[in-house]
Amino acid sequence: MKTKLATMAVAAVMAAGPVMADLVFPSLSYRTGPYAAGGIPFADGYADYFTLLNERDGGIGGVMTKVPECETGYNTEKGVECYEATKGEGALVYQPLSTGITYQLIPKVTADGIPLHTMGYGRTSAANGKVFSNVFNYPANYWNGASVAINHILDTNGGDIKGKKVALVYHNSAYGKEPIRTLEELSAKHGYELTLLAVDHPGQEQKSQWLQIRRERPDYVIMYGWGVMNQVAIQEAANIRFPMENFIGIWWSGAEHDVTPAGDAANGYKSVTFHAVGDDFPIFDDIKTHVVDKGLAAGAGDQVGTVVYNRGMYAAMLAAEAARKAQEIHGTAQITAAMMRDGMEALEITEERMTELGMPNFGPSFAVSCENHGGPGLGAITQWDASAKEWSMISDFVESDMDVILPLITEDSEAFAAENGIEMRCN
Amino acid sequence: MFYREAGDYKTSYQDDGQTFPIKFDRYRYYFVLFVAFAMVPFLINDYWVSAIFLPFLIYSIAAIGLNILVGYCGQVSLGTGGFMAVGAYACYKFMTGLDIWIDGVQYALPPINIFFSVILAGVVTAIVGVLFGLPSLRIKGFYLAVATLAAQFFLVWLFNKWSWAYNYSASGQISAPEREIFGVAITGPSTEAWATYLFCLVITTICAVVARNLTRGASGRKWMAIRDMDIAAEIIGVNPLKAKLSAFAVSSFYIGIAGALFFAVYLGAVEVGEAFGIQKSFIVLFMVIIGGLGSIFGSFAGAAFLVLLPVLLKLMLADSTDEISGFASVMGWIFLAGFAASVVMLLINIVRTRSLIAGSGIYWIFASLATFMAYALSIGGMGWPTDIVAHLQLVIVGALIIIFLIAEPHGLAQLWRVAKEKLRLWPFPH
Repeated sequence: MKTKLATMAVAAVMAAGPVMADLVFPSLSYRTGPYAAGGIPFADGYADYFTLLNERDGGIGGVMTKVPECETGYNTEKGVECYEATKGEGALVYQPLSTGITYQLIPKVTADGIPLHTMGYGRTSAANGKVFSNVFNYPANYWNGASVAINHILDTNGGDIKGKKVALVYHNSAYGKEPIRTLEELSAKHGYELTLLAVDHPGQEQKSQWLQIRRERPDYVIMYGWGVMNQVAIQEAANIRFPMENFIGIWWSGAEHDVTPAGDAANGYKSVTFHAVGDDFPIFDDIKTHVVDKGLAAGAGDQVGTVVYNRGMYAAMLAAEAARKAQEIHGTAQITAAMMRDGMEALEITEERMTELGMPNFGPSFAVSCENHGGPGLGAITQWDASAKEWSMISDFVESDMDVILPLITEDSEAFAAENGIEMRCN
Repeated sequence: MFYREAGDYKTSYQDDGQTFPIKFDRYRYYFVLFVAFAMVPFLINDYWVSAIFLPFLIYSIAAIGLNILVGYCGQVSLGTGGFMAVGAYACYKFMTGLDIWIDGVQYALPPINIFFSVILAGVVTAIVGVLFGLPSLRIKGFYLAVATLAAQFFLVWLFNKWSWAYNYSASGQISAPEREIFGVAITGPSTEAWATYLFCLVITTICAVVARNLTRGASGRKWMAIRDMDIAAEIIGVNPLKAKLSAFAVSSFYIGIAGALFFAVYLGAVEVGEAFGIQKSFIVLFMVIIGGLGSIFGSFAGAAFLVLLPVLLKLMLADSTDEISGFASVMGWIFLAGFAASVVMLLINIVRTRSLIAGSGIYWIFASLATFMAYALSIGGMGWPTDIVAHLQLVIVGALIIIFLIAEPHGLAQLWRVAKEKLRLWPFPH
């Protein structure tokens, strides 16, 4: 009798088996506040991609994924609370979608050994992997964006923009101030005049900035805006009849919700991007069958295929691929944050892999290395067609001016290393 | 029965004038200090510290500071965020080594110990506060509120524009480098939970004790005289210039310390527009209003309320868990039944009395809220969408402010006072 009980107990334990913990990808989202217009589609895209992996493939490498969502409202205090609340759940990577929260998390994640992926935002000099061990900002950063915009202006002017006037309308925060140094360097190189126009948080009040633009008549306006600021700026530009094809936003200022309020007047507005736009990819059929039709879509489910949704999905894809790489390197499906970091550092995105995933030509192919956490820094230009109500790519992914950007990255990151006593890695 | 003056003999003037004349109060105070200093540091982790204790302690200092100005001296201020920014940037300059440029030559102080940096940040803010307090000698009420509002916007603009203040960093962010006291890291990424907690607790305790004694003493009486009627105060010999400016100085000193701790210890990196905007001024003002104007305890209560409420709502409504233990689910069912019963009783009461709050309505409202909270917490959260919870939180905080302004303008502190008064007479009704 006794042995029987014992075997039963053993059998019960065996049946229960080792409990497979989920792979946790926390989403520090913001669905409220003045930046919700961009926060909602990104969070939806991020969550939907992992739902798709769970439903279609049974997770990553056989382990289910989990995306706990925590509302930050683009607020740094809530961002810290969310980070502390979720890091105990075995978080693999953080993507806060806020430059302010990124600055806060950089020292914390480095101390806690969790990777941070700030795709196209955050601290640009984190691209230097020698200094920032746990921070990644591939495939492109703010300075690449600024350079791609200037390159586009160069192209349209046959390579000579000496004496042209370029105005930068920027969100008066760490985010908006990021491109200033790069644009100044480029201005010295190409000989254009740069005017700086700061817009304060949240950005609903821009009358004086646009009055100045109307008075000074710059040839081009570059915008680093986010949230409600974008719509207001595009509306103001339309009000002063600024030619839209000379108005170029960074990737955070180029989504459907930014241009639709201005209606037809926004026709021709341009934006930089580092991934493809539109929903003409096989993956969207999968998302429809496995996620939307099953009623599992995050949020209201009405964002599929919009620009920022695609970006959230792209971020999730890169995270999932890095997790897969980490599983491959360490030979275990149950990866930890430290293994995830190794996976991100060894990540290689090829054209074949993207085609396999149903996202052909969705972004550039690139490889991350120990020194370079910033990727290739390619960007393309998209343009808004107000009558068709869609964004279309008007250029290929082109290179940014790395001769200017790399020294800036090295300088800024080495200053950070000296300030914080960080030893260089990758030697 | 326990809570009374009778039998607690005072044989000296010092005894008679002490802060807590009632024995029970005194022991409760020692007990709270004992728990805060000797027990909490062993029990907390990173989450508790950075989600609850640090914001609570730091906002308490800010609320005490604003309470001195608004609650004790009657000078309305909407510049709290700006003054916190002064404290934060001053602390940053002191802790990284203050540099001064004269004729293109840089003279730099060595970095100052973090504790003294925080205190010096308070001193700098006090000076700035006095400057912006000067208009209060001429204008009152709404007009003064607008003048302090100007301080708020001016200071935020200044710290965005003045690159010396953020050591010429390209992004305009300031980040606290690692600083230690007695070899224990207080700022920077690799701090221990207990160290930052104790550092803030010590400063908060000193601040609160000093504030309590200031407001009990001559200067506090002068402030209150000015608040109640400034002309009458002047007639009985209170110098309005000294009284008003000293209130601005002390208040800004506290707010500056709060700003310094907020930046250096709590967040570690801030950006002036985002961290010290007008919302910060409002939230500290709400703490003072909900907590109670003219009360040190009220400042703590208000800060606790506004720090804890969002966290509690998030735990109750937004979180969710897959594995619920049997015990928790049984408790959940019990509380759910209790909730249903309270709602039914509330409805019966409404039908009977034709009023929401008549009869025992109020009690059933509280009972249904309490059982719902218990239910939500015992099953690990309702798992509602995060945006709905965030909006609900705004609604609840707004509603509470209105309710407090109508039902109890003196805030939580007055509820506490009433409760103590009842206790003193208990078990007799009169």
